[in-house]
Amino acid sequence: MSRSEDPVTDGGQSREAARSAEDIFNRVSDIERPPRSQQLLEGVRNRVLAPLKILITDPRGAVGVAILAFNVAMATLGVWFFPQPSSLAAEPYTPPFQSLEYPLGTASLGQEIHLQIIHATPAMLKFVISGGIVATLLGVTIGVTAGYKGGVIDYVLMLISDTWMSIPALVLILIISSFWSPRDPYLVGLMLGINFWGGLARMTRSEVLSVRESNKVEAARVMGLPTRYIIRKYVIKNLMPYITVNLANNSRQIIFAAVGLYFLGVLPYTSANWGVMMDQAYNNSNLTNMGQVHWLIIPMVMMILLTLGIILTAQAADKMFNVRLLAREQADEDEGATATATIPGN
Amino acid sequence: MVNYYVKRVAHAFMVLLTTLTVSFALFRMLPFGPYEIMKLQIQNQMAQSGETMDVQTRERINARIEAFTNIDPDQTMVEAYFDYLFNIIVYQDFGKSITHNEAVWPLMLERMQWTLFYGTYGFALGVSTALILGAVMAYNEGSRFDQVLTYFTVTNETIPGYIAAIILLIVFGLQLGWLPTGAREAPGTVPGLNIPYMIGIVQHAALISMAGFVAGFGGGLDYRGNCIRELGKDYIRVAHLRGLSDTRIAIRYVGRNSLLPIYTGLLLGIAGLLGGSVILEWIFNYPAMGDLLLKSLFSRDYPLLMGSLVLFTGVTLTGLLVADLTYGIIDPRVQGGAERESF
Repeated sequence: MSRSEDPVTDGGQSREAARSAEDIFNRVSDIERPPRSQQLLEGVRNRVLAPLKILITDPRGAVGVAILAFNVAMATLGVWFFPQPSSLAAEPYTPPFQSLEYPLGTASLGQEIHLQIIHATPAMLKFVISGGIVATLLGVTIGVTAGYKGGVIDYVLMLISDTWMSIPALVLILIISSFWSPRDPYLVGLMLGINFWGGLARMTRSEVLSVRESNKVEAARVMGLPTRYIIRKYVIKNLMPYITVNLANNSRQIIFAAVGLYFLGVLPYTSANWGVMMDQAYNNSNLTNMGQVHWLIIPMVMMILLTLGIILTAQAADKMFNVRLLAREQADEDEGATATATIPGN
Repeated sequence: MVNYYVKRVAHAFMVLLTTLTVSFALFRMLPFGPYEIMKLQIQNQMAQSGETMDVQTRERINARIEAFTNIDPDQTMVEAYFDYLFNIIVYQDFGKSITHNEAVWPLMLERMQWTLFYGTYGFALGVSTALILGAVMAYNEGSRFDQVLTYFTVTNETIPGYIAAIILLIVFGLQLGWLPTGAREAPGTVPGLNIPYMIGIVQHAALISMAGFVAGFGGGLDYRGNCIRELGKDYIRVAHLRGLSDTRIAIRYVGRNSLLPIYTGLLLGIAGLLGGSVILEWIFNYPAMGDLLLKSLFSRDYPLLMGSLVLFTGVTLTGLLVADLTYGIIDPRVQGGAERESF
């Protein structure tokens, strides 16, 4: 017997009431979703433009982004636009800032230093990209798994990361390079990246432990949301400031280690990079002669500049994850741009 | 409390055991790892000298491999692993260096003391300067001094130790000629407790220590932040109201409490310093542990390489263990240390 045919046992509800209850749960909003292209546009505006605007309104962010943009431009447009450096292009060891033709001077065989710098940039950025990503992914994955699962998994993972942290990174890299010396810059970055995840894993774990106990995560659990969703939406989101700072720090370490290894001559010279330049300058020029030192100093300055760009950007990026600031910027972006009902980005 | 110490030591021992396992795995188990390469090299050498591959020669080859690597090729992997652990833990036997033709362990110890000599001076000086400057910056928060030093510290973070080393070498070693640029001791001096020798080693270690100083400088900004946070707390106000002297408040109250969160991190800097020793010693031509490691890398002296990995890790671990065991002294509230998220 169906419920609607027996008004006595259905808790006193009439057929109309039952229908309206059904209606409540099945009602669909009559606001139309904007077309796909517009959704995409809004997505870009809320998630790319608004954070970027926050980033560059901070003076540190502006300087950092400018430095990074300059390096990326050298690695992409610069390589395409400028020729390879050539030997005997000019008098050897021309000092820098003398002529427009050789703005940074020349090296021992008269190679133009500014061209050497430009053609060495792509390899540097490749180290940072692959190494930074590998280290960050490993650190966050291991830290979140350990913190969220607990128990034996936690103990074993933390034992591994403790071990990794106590082995001096450069020593481990040197030993790995004794039987595996990668040639491709991405692979070099990867080899360097696997050394720097220990600290991030530790930090992520302790953060996960505290976030796990928070009210909103408990509520999400009670609601039966899948673990994957909780981790992405609550845990990782809370961790973003940590992750950016660590990404910057890892990138810094990777730049230092890569340049150091090439400077020592441990890795084979397959691509031009600033470490190779420093090694050649160190071995071929007379360091007691101040007229020859600029070949060594210029790649060092470039390296310091790139690191500074990364650190400054990361410091300013802290603000990007500030929800209130982000909402204000998103609202500014929306003003007058569209009159249709918007679906909030988050 | 005692339980906590036992736990920490046991944990450190587990980490060391894991390192030994990693070292064994790198060494023996990789298909194209050092062990296989060395086996091939020795076999090739024997073949080139015109010896045929009979049972006798194979035994000789195995004996040579065992002498150099400490691993008997006839054993199974598991047997070899336990043998390796046993030899290292009980006898500190890491095998024999191929290039130096002597036992690895005493060779490493002799070199390590020099690395620790210049390293600890540079590191201790760097850390204490950073802490003092951090505290002064916190007390003068927002002043011109604070701003300038903040920029300076951020810039310092972008300069690796070896760039500092090269600049020091060029300026003080080569241009001004104030300090020697190579070797550990002055030529013609007799090692021992005599004045010329002692002056010599201090002069030779001066530049490399200064480069290590730059590496130990990082914690200043964190310390400044911690101090500012502590300065705003109520108990500091109460301390002022109780009429305690400013020096006492600065050192015993603010300084000590601000040190706690960064204490372990500071000591973790030792790992960075030891890693950096390879490049620093190469730049200054200073024959100590990092130099030994680099040379053994170029000559593919695997027993020495693996031994260095274990020794470097052991020194770092000891530093961290000291940090952990002394943490209770600077923070008496932490009785068991269980609630602390430490390394």
